[in-house]
Amino acid sequence: MFFRRRRRALVCRDAVALMTDYLEGALTSSDRDRLEAHLATCPHCTEYLAQIRVTIAAAGRVEPDDLSADALDDLVALYHRWRET
Amino acid sequence: MADADAALLDALRAGDEAAFATLVSRYHTRLLRFAESLVPSRAVAEEVVQDTWLGVVRGVHRFEGRSTVKTWLFRILINRARTAGGREPRSVPLDDDVLEGRFATSGAWAEPPAPWADAVDDRVVAGKLAGRVRECLPRLPEAQRQVLVLRDLEGIDGAEVCNLLSVSPGNQRVLLHRARTRLRSLLAAELGGG
Repeated sequence: MFFRRRRRALVCRDAVALMTDYLEGALTSSDRDRLEAHLATCPHCTEYLAQIRVTIAAAGRVEPDDLSADALDDLVALYHRWRET
Repeated sequence: MADADAALLDALRAGDEAAFATLVSRYHTRLLRFAESLVPSRAVAEEVVQDTWLGVVRGVHRFEGRSTVKTWLFRILINRARTAGGREPRSVPLDDDVLEGRFATSGAWAEPPAPWADAVDDRVVAGKLAGRVRECLPRLPEAQRQVLVLRDLEGIDGAEVCNLLSVSPGNQRVLLHRARTRLRSLLAAELGGG
């Protein structure tokens, strides 16, 4: 016990660097525990992680552009040509 | 969606024009959005996507259902883009640190992120920000943009994205991390914070 090395607590810079791996489930359990311990006491990193989550959610809501009727007609015309050749 | 797409491919195999039109309506602009991160111009992107549809029509008999239809379409697109002189996948570029200067030498925040919203439903904020994300995409470096579009806009899972882009799982996470970091930072700037 006396000789057991304790890993240094995370600083904010390290915490931010680990966040994607954390969200991806790619951290070792010890790194995950250290990150969660840091988040429990650091409002700035907690805010940052929340913003990353919002960023991901916002990206997931980007709608594709509409396809114009003309562009669709052109592609369907090409489809007929492709099928004939 | 995946099952509905597979049924469309069955119909396309049988020569159903309406199935082709539905697939095009569903995916053409998505493919175009991604193609723009693979090739140097919108015009080339449009050619590559058109070529992708030709590949779909000619290759529909070879689809074996081992991936989703969506992933299959993106795979054809990537192959066609390479043939058209698209950028080869590269190793992860050297560190580009969007957050440089934000931390003190101790590693603690020197300039912490400004709060985006107080007790606002995150989904509401996300909805409003989606339009901004679209505007910010061209400002991401290509390799980061490719991963972010496939993962976060298209919702393709990490293992499939590694396969599509020929990157290792570790490199994929590095690119995703940088892309999200940069995108968050661009959105924060739009919101007037940091």
